[in-house]
Amino acid sequence: MTEPLIRTVGLSGILVTFAQAMNEPANRAALAFRAAVEEAAWPEVTETSTSLVSTFLAVDLSATPLGQITDRIQSLLATQDWTQAPLPAGRTLWHVPTVYGTDLAPQLEEAAAVAGVDPDAAIAELSTSRVRVLTIGFAPGQPYMGELSDTWNIPRQEGLTKSVPPGALVIAIRQLITFTNASPTGWRHIGQTAFANFRPGTDTPFALSPGDELTFPAITRAELEDIRAKDTSGNGGASREALT
Amino acid sequence: MSAALDILQGGPSLSIQDMGRRGYRAVGLTEAGAMDPEALHEGAALLHQSPDFAAIEMAGSGGSFRATADIRIALTGATMAASLDGEALTWNASHAMPAGATLTIGGARRGSYGYLHIGGGIATDPVMGSRSSHLRAGVGQTLETEDTLPIGPDVHTEVSNGLTPSDRFDGGKVRIVASMQTEAFDQDTRDRFTATTFRRDPRGNRMGVRMDSEGAGFSTGSGLSIVSEIVVAGDIQITGDGAPFVLMCECQTTGGYPRIGTVIPCDLPRIAQAQPGTAIRFEFITMAQAIALGQRHAADMAGLRSRVAPLIRDPATIRDLLSYTLISGVISATTNPFEE
Repeated sequence: MTEPLIRTVGLSGILVTFAQAMNEPANRAALAFRAAVEEAAWPEVTETSTSLVSTFLAVDLSATPLGQITDRIQSLLATQDWTQAPLPAGRTLWHVPTVYGTDLAPQLEEAAAVAGVDPDAAIAELSTSRVRVLTIGFAPGQPYMGELSDTWNIPRQEGLTKSVPPGALVIAIRQLITFTNASPTGWRHIGQTAFANFRPGTDTPFALSPGDELTFPAITRAELEDIRAKDTSGNGGASREALT
Repeated sequence: MSAALDILQGGPSLSIQDMGRRGYRAVGLTEAGAMDPEALHEGAALLHQSPDFAAIEMAGSGGSFRATADIRIALTGATMAASLDGEALTWNASHAMPAGATLTIGGARRGSYGYLHIGGGIATDPVMGSRSSHLRAGVGQTLETEDTLPIGPDVHTEVSNGLTPSDRFDGGKVRIVASMQTEAFDQDTRDRFTATTFRRDPRGNRMGVRMDSEGAGFSTGSGLSIVSEIVVAGDIQITGDGAPFVLMCECQTTGGYPRIGTVIPCDLPRIAQAQPGTAIRFEFITMAQAIALGQRHAADMAGLRSRVAPLIRDPATIRDLLSYTLISGVISATTNPFEE
């Protein structure tokens, strides 16, 4: 495939894809191209979003000639090398306290075994890795974060876990997710946080933005319970600093 | 005083729905809204108001309701037994509902999602631009017994109109277009997919509907490690066990499982309304065919109001017959209208 690739998504819109697999420049390209489409404010585009390596333009394709929108996209794509675009401005670095393993996060040992490392080494690496929000998706405010070292290039499990709780930290394919709501998942549940991605009814209902960075320092179960008892903000004991 | 609707007794799965919430896909929130948007258009046509007005979606069964003022209602979607103070009401029709009368709506007899529309619409405070509940995302919630819902001002008065709904309540053929991962399934798998008669699994909700079939599943061979990519309502996702899931209005915004095709929007209510066990088959069509069908559907929705007609009622069942104006525009029986 030659990137960027322009494809239809049912009759719901157009997807512009910058790579076949997750990579950092393609992720930046997707974010920057989305910002440019928002800036252009084409009337047939009702909303935009990004996935890991793609920009989505919501367009009613039964009401808009396909050639009209793809011409616009191709012209805009041709204006620059999107993989060289900078990250969005105003990003935040979050440190989110996390309990690894125990019955709160019962798949740490299994994930470590699949990755071929012992559980203590897994915790030592995961609790100090710094990851970036590559995209928000699946559920409100829910981040896909990466990329971890190649050790963590582990597949999703074949079956679905019936339910992980809100704040669950899960892992697959060099990425982490913290879950917004209780949900079934094919990713392995390795840590538990008290961080709320989605805070409906507040001034900032969505805590994270694509481009934000996070670490997940290890804490004990008692510390997590203490955080849960005291926290009303949804931050779950996380500290934050501005990235420039 | 503005009118309100009291829920005297609510079924297990009532929620407020409208055409959904746009603009939040980038932060992980799909549009949601009514499972059967066509039913919202029908209710709007029956009440002569905007299809953007919010209605009550009733999954599987209804409940009982009472209004604090004289209101108009319309009933659409899955056919449910309905009565007003014990008198049977026609489904797919509009009715007057006097203050204090009890509206009772039973279980779905044909289809899965019924709708109760109110003249003036449900007037709860919009959240992020919509009144619809996105149950999975935790925006809004199911309605409960003893809830009271505000009703918007109603500028129209006509009732007792009916509409014949489109044929979408009994499963059957559902048209799909190729998705971004259709090619990841080999031709034999795709042929087998369209040759298979599926049954709607009981496991179905506003997020997605699982399809059962005899025989082997439908795998790509490389399904577990593809890059997570955008998901839209109508996408047919194949999970690890090879069973298709048709993703519905409350689906996630992204997903890592391959999609064999996408149901075209105008056929999605057919999936929503199929009861468990109903037979469904999928048929690939081209984008050009899908676009033509989408345009025809939009025109059909815009023209629904012209298909609304007065209900024909048996005079023997009308209790207050004398209150109706049965004759108007009286003409003489003896003068010849062609002279003068």
